[in-house]
Amino acid sequence: MSHASDRDRSDQGNSNGTWIGRSVPRVEDDRLLRGNGRYVDDIALPGAVEAAFLRSPHAHARIESVDVTAALTAPGVVAVWTGDDVADLPAMLNKEELRTPPGLAALLDPLVRMTPMPLLARDKVLYVGQPVAVVLAENRYLAEDALELVEVRYAPLRVLVDPEHALGEDAVRLHEDLPDNTAVAVATRVGDPEAAFAGAHAVVSERFEAHRYVASPIETRAVSAQVDPYSGRLTVWSGTQTPHRLRDAIAHTLGLESATVHVIAADVGGGFGQKGILYVEELLVPHAARRLGRPVLWREDRNENLTASSHAREQIHRIELAADAEGRIVAVRDRITVNFGAYNMTGLVVPYNSLCHLLGPYRVPNVHIDVTGVLTNTTFATPYRGAGRPETVFAMERAMDRLAAELGIEPAQLRARNLVRPDEMPYATGLVDRSGSPQSYDSGDFPELLRRAVAKADVEGVRARQREGARDGKYVGIGFAMYIEATGLGPFETARIDVAPSGRVRLAIGAPSQGQGHRTSMAQIAADAIGVPFDVIDVVGGDTEATPFGVGTIASRALVNAGNATHRAGRLVREKIVEAAARRLGVDAGGLDLSDGIVRAGEPGGPSISLAELAGKAPLPGIPEPTDGRHGTEISETVHFRPPGFAVASGAHAAVVEVDEHTGEVEILHYVVVHDAGNIVNPMIAEGQVTGGIAQGIGGALYEEMVYGPDGQPRTGTYMDYLVPTSSEIPDLDMDEIFTPSPMNDLGVKGLGEGGAIAPQAVLAGAVEDALRPFDVVVRRGPLSPSRVRALIRAAADA
Amino acid sequence: MTTSVPAPLAARTPPLAEPSAWHGISLIVNGRPVTAQVEARLLLSDFLRDRLGLTGTHVGCEHGVCGACTVLVNDEPVRACLTLAVQCDEVELRTVEGLAPADAPLTPVQRAFHECHGMQCGFCTPGFVMTTTALTEQDERPDEEQVADALSGHLCRCTGYRNIRRAVCQALDERFGE
Amino acid sequence: MKPTSFDYTAPSTVGEAVALLGDEEREAKVVAGGQSLIPMLNMRLARPELLVDITRIPELGRLHVDGSGKLRIGAAVRQARAAADGAVREGWPLLAVAIGRIGHPQIRHRGTVCGSLAHHDPAAELPTAAVCLDARFVITGPRGTRTVGAEDFFVATFSTAVEADELLTEAVFPPLPAHHGWAFEELTRRHGDFATVGVAVVLERDTATDTVRSARVVFCGAGPVPVRLPAVEDALVGTDVGEHALAAAARVALARLAPADDVHATAEYRREGAAHLLVRACTTAWERC
Repeated sequence: MSHASDRDRSDQGNSNGTWIGRSVPRVEDDRLLRGNGRYVDDIALPGAVEAAFLRSPHAHARIESVDVTAALTAPGVVAVWTGDDVADLPAMLNKEELRTPPGLAALLDPLVRMTPMPLLARDKVLYVGQPVAVVLAENRYLAEDALELVEVRYAPLRVLVDPEHALGEDAVRLHEDLPDNTAVAVATRVGDPEAAFAGAHAVVSERFEAHRYVASPIETRAVSAQVDPYSGRLTVWSGTQTPHRLRDAIAHTLGLESATVHVIAADVGGGFGQKGILYVEELLVPHAARRLGRPVLWREDRNENLTASSHAREQIHRIELAADAEGRIVAVRDRITVNFGAYNMTGLVVPYNSLCHLLGPYRVPNVHIDVTGVLTNTTFATPYRGAGRPETVFAMERAMDRLAAELGIEPAQLRARNLVRPDEMPYATGLVDRSGSPQSYDSGDFPELLRRAVAKADVEGVRARQREGARDGKYVGIGFAMYIEATGLGPFETARIDVAPSGRVRLAIGAPSQGQGHRTSMAQIAADAIGVPFDVIDVVGGDTEATPFGVGTIASRALVNAGNATHRAGRLVREKIVEAAARRLGVDAGGLDLSDGIVRAGEPGGPSISLAELAGKAPLPGIPEPTDGRHGTEISETVHFRPPGFAVASGAHAAVVEVDEHTGEVEILHYVVVHDAGNIVNPMIAEGQVTGGIAQGIGGALYEEMVYGPDGQPRTGTYMDYLVPTSSEIPDLDMDEIFTPSPMNDLGVKGLGEGGAIAPQAVLAGAVEDALRPFDVVVRRGPLSPSRVRALIRAAADA
Repeated sequence: MTTSVPAPLAARTPPLAEPSAWHGISLIVNGRPVTAQVEARLLLSDFLRDRLGLTGTHVGCEHGVCGACTVLVNDEPVRACLTLAVQCDEVELRTVEGLAPADAPLTPVQRAFHECHGMQCGFCTPGFVMTTTALTEQDERPDEEQVADALSGHLCRCTGYRNIRRAVCQALDERFGE
Repeated sequence: MKPTSFDYTAPSTVGEAVALLGDEEREAKVVAGGQSLIPMLNMRLARPELLVDITRIPELGRLHVDGSGKLRIGAAVRQARAAADGAVREGWPLLAVAIGRIGHPQIRHRGTVCGSLAHHDPAAELPTAAVCLDARFVITGPRGTRTVGAEDFFVATFSTAVEADELLTEAVFPPLPAHHGWAFEELTRRHGDFATVGVAVVLERDTATDTVRSARVVFCGAGPVPVRLPAVEDALVGTDVGEHALAAAARVALARLAPADDVHATAEYRREGAAHLLVRACTTAWERC
């Protein structure tokens, strides 16, 4: 392992390559900066009709009747469909996400109940925003006019918003075919937690809540579809993170062969998980294109995105820590309740992530964690950047702070005493990981992360200021939070590399990009693996024709999976090129080297041949020379990379804040992040990912909340009420990193898309609580709006 | 040498079914004359995207908060989603497509966003670029508060803003000197 | 999020505009900058049949200081122009500052001063500044032209003294004489947001006694209209704006204000915040006297 805090990554030791590790400027940018982006809504489909959805205004109601007569006569209307009109289509299930891995099923036997979602509601609506009818019209204006003419009679039912109420014995059931409102349940134990609690020196017991907030990409969702009259093939453009899964779902729903459905995720304006699942609109739009024989476009508006696209984060943790007198944790118990919303969309993904990331970087010998996913009359909740980790880190790190207060130990010190050491790697936690294998941390140096964060944040300086007392009613405080993230989720990703006769190299990967810069970073990997210049490589991602197999860009997995697939495919292509050159030059392949696109003999002055010459001057024009004995074989390779296990990324955040006693305003004075994502392919892009993740975390910590009234009505359905932070709210960050290469893959990389978003809620809650120590407050929930901070101070004063 | 007159930009007409009254407007878009029939309720953002095919102006919220649709009307940044096309008769309008001709290098503002990695998914970027362009066209360098005020009129969900601030600073340095 | 169907017209005189607004056949609405109206159109919360665009009426585009020293802002004057105007910044700094707190420059380039006043969101900055500055509003309708004082102008949330067939043509701000100090303070969730709560203060210094001769104190985000509290003003008059006087004024504000809860803050937070801002604003205003 090496530590490098400057920009020079030459000591990463991961390769002798020239492209990996460099902040290569992005090749994506020029096109986007000229306004030539091609987001779904930018793709011209002449003659397209636009869809608009009639959405339920009720959180829970029976549909008594739907009358579309008037709507059908509205100007420009092509069709109006209700649940009855699409009743022949199977209800939607996010099949892949709902699958329980066999290992997990065998060891923990989790409960996972299926709640297929009708494409348009027929009998009941279960949340405000659920699609009830769809209007197809000449444009969106006309479609919205007609929506107002659809008459629906609802009979309201009792509404459940609170997940703990939804678990009550007399609670009304959302899905009447299920025995109760439990969607998933899983529990795990390590050691003997009861005995450890009984014998502990100190115990803290708290109820912490992670509040509901949303991904809110600036591009809302959109999907368009058209049938090619010549081939009969269906082409679908969707701002999806998982085009291959969407292709298969469309094929299944519409009764087509997957091979006749082409899904393209062109430019995607941010996803963050919200675009990583399947939605009914993505199935109905292709259906409409086929049924109407016209291209169909649906562009979600912001109100729809906020209220009816997936939500996230809402969890309740009843957590207990037991420790000895020195502050060493001897046991953790946590009962986690996850608000799933109205449908079980993604099964164990979020609850189990919360479970298996609760312990984080800490050594905990005795564990009991129990997770329940509960159905309520709110919009369904699915993975959002961090996917269960920010919530669980909030609970664990808050509990650590409470324990530190209880024992009178400096919070950073308490954490240091409990960290897994680098010499314990690979470290087995005793839990089972998400794929059903014994959980193992492959690599990391948690004490070094914390040491650097503590040094940068200047704990002593903050303590000295605290001793001086408040200035003008402003109290300073410091918080810490650490996390681990199992990244690089399988099962696989695909890379295909083709060398064209011109010598240009085409790399196709299954994973699309939503701003991560794959066209740049994946080209860097390929350039090094093959030995060609960066700028001869063209990258295609997120197109099901370019790679028939793929999974997607979710779960901090693209770099690990697609990156290593690219690397392996590149190495294989390199071998083919060298062999072909050897035959052409009449020398032994062993003596040849390929770099910069030129194959050279080892000794100076020896023969050489460029890739363009080699690929272009094939026996027949345009047909490359056979490389493996078969006639007409191209210089091409396809690799499916299957990760053997998780690459564990980690980080330590620290924040110094100032809290205004009178206004409740929280100002971030200093935000420190030290992270470890193994080897870094493009430091500029990596830093951007971490920074962006932290900004979303700060949003959740201080500003953003999707609020429901007790009637199940969302109260933050516009950007006037749902507060995404602006530039003025997000400070510059003080960043550092260490590099512990992952032994789980050739490149030694770990995922880093989500990491930044995991710790901010915890670290800012800790910092605010620390600042308000004179008032003896406990932060149990966010966001820490000025009003909520004042309420904490008031409550403490009243107590 | 002859002076060439910019070719008019063709606009699609409203759908025939449109019930609200149509009005003729004439304006200059990216230096090219446009005459078009628009329905009274058509938003400028939809006019640019759906009628002129200028899809570089993005629509993110349609209530004036996110700033993705920001364009320059008579050199001032405004929300295209909070402007009716019919109100744009006789204005001069610039969109992101009008900054650098296809065969020309990026403008200093565009280049700054590229060099500073002030963009990720690129969806909000045209809005930021138009506001920054307006800042660089002021007579004097805007102070920090004015820059902060202008940037707070845009939401970016990817970058965490740090590199956007760096890009704007670079563009202003280049225009006004450091 | 697309508007319902409507027609549009841009008359060139106030008379034409008023005639259009008075048309009983069609529900008409005035549009100038549209920065408050168009979001409501897009969300279909406003559903006019006719939009009357007043920005092509030359006389409404005037911003000037009249013979009696009053600032007169025509209904089509954009916020950015007013806030940048030298006379406004010099003579009506409270107004310039309040305008600067409206949204973002991208909004202020199109939004008009009178539009924000006539829209009357009670959390908005301008109505509160207008009441504090004792502005008067010139309203023209089929029954002629009338002038309404600021305190009578704001009737309820999103409602003013301007009737459906009338047009607010001008906002008139009297000059701030010598020995008057001002301040505008607000709490917002984010940069550019509406005030969670805010206060505008104008104090007049009695130079002989060095005490407050008169005070105007108006809160935003504290009720359905800008809330002027004479009791707070009384508590300040005659004092030296010292610690005790400020504490007393703050106590009165706490006791008298009855704001509402919303997703951003509790009523209690608004009350406390208003009282706290009051102290800050009075201190600043007194220093400026």
